[in-house]
Amino acid sequence: MKDHAAGCAIRKAINWNRMQDDKDLEVWNRLTVNFWLPEKVPLSNDVQSWATLRPEERELTIRVFTGLTLLDTVQNTVGAPSMLPDATTPHEEAVLTNIAFMEAVHARSYSSIFSTLCLTKEVDEAFRWSEENPHLQAKARLICEEYKAGADPLKRKIASVFLESFLFYSGFYLPMYWSSRAKLTNTADLIRLIIRDEAVHGYYIGYKYQRGLETQPEARRQELKDFAFALMFDLYDIEQRYTAELYDGLGLTEDVKAFLHYNANKALQNLGYEALFPPAACEVNPAILAALSPDSENHDFFSGSGSSYVIGKAVATEDEDWDF
Amino acid sequence: MPALVYYSSASGNTARFVAQLGLEALRIPISPAAPMPEPAQPYVLVCPSYADGQGRGAVAKQVIRFLNDAPRRALLRGVIASGNRNFGHLFACAGGVIAAKCNIPVLYRFELAGTETDIARVRAGLATFLGTQCLTP
Repeated sequence: MKDHAAGCAIRKAINWNRMQDDKDLEVWNRLTVNFWLPEKVPLSNDVQSWATLRPEERELTIRVFTGLTLLDTVQNTVGAPSMLPDATTPHEEAVLTNIAFMEAVHARSYSSIFSTLCLTKEVDEAFRWSEENPHLQAKARLICEEYKAGADPLKRKIASVFLESFLFYSGFYLPMYWSSRAKLTNTADLIRLIIRDEAVHGYYIGYKYQRGLETQPEARRQELKDFAFALMFDLYDIEQRYTAELYDGLGLTEDVKAFLHYNANKALQNLGYEALFPPAACEVNPAILAALSPDSENHDFFSGSGSSYVIGKAVATEDEDWDF
Repeated sequence: MPALVYYSSASGNTARFVAQLGLEALRIPISPAAPMPEPAQPYVLVCPSYADGQGRGAVAKQVIRFLNDAPRRALLRGVIASGNRNFGHLFACAGGVIAAKCNIPVLYRFELAGTETDIARVRAGLATFLGTQCLTP
């Protein structure tokens, strides 16, 4: 009887002219305008640069990229689709399908890098490594536990924000590091497009988490906050092992960890929470920050330390002037 | 009287930053139907950036509406902009846009809801900056 009723439920067409949450439209517009494909980036210009890397540096780079591919694959096929039944508006569902597809584009991009720069044998070896690496598998397993059907919808969003805004960064560090040394700069351009997308994904899912949290009683809110910090601790524990295994050889582990702390705090902020790691632990190498956002050094007019502050010429302002 | 005016979307990052500063502040409403604050003295604007990959749409519509009023704009002394470094060279770019448009400096940039360091620097910086401003007729 119930099944019959469900089968006859009225199917609703999505109406983008009747929004329940303006954030859905804002993020949809942002994501669709930012759409890109790896073919847009001239990766082949990195062939010569790739040849200057030592064999162990090449192996590290391929491994890091297969690790990132694995997370993108999880988010594409499991993570974003698992949040569809929890959506509170039809527009949220549409945004989630966009996020899911973009994760497929990201995962696909790493294979473009591989086919442009690497030997098939090296790549096959790295994919095998990604299936066997205990740390990589452990973090994917922890996240997927929350993506299971029947799991808590708000905990699912916490896991998803941590994947989007924290777990990628042990991997993103390396192309930013190469870029800061004028190596693989086209590959870094492609990774920056991924980094930009992940910022919007983490922001949006975190925003929806905060909307969901508002409807919960105080005890439940506390439970979710405790869960979020506990999951962050568990993931961080795995991440530091993963980082050490990958980066000890180049002596970069501590540098990567500062980047992890910094991004862990940003992931928590996307959920509306305070920072976990103190400022001293989050002092990211300025070369990495500059590779991430060129021309945006730590700007502080107050202390006179920023050299790039902007002051413009006065122009009479009209409504249409602001259409930028 | 508050010397800060801010805009924060429903994500609440800028609102959390301003709350942490612990200074009185006027909020530009999210809803276009709500009345705009009318600052009576010079102020600093705190506002997030929403640019797309080309830098379009950096300044929130409600902030544009607020600044399109000449008397309100005349009291603007500086802008503190937020954003996310993940946006590369467009990080916190609403600050630059408003600075160029209104002939005032970008005082500071921070990410999301800011860090402890950001709060301390902005609190100290504002105390000096606004103190100086008050002496200027």
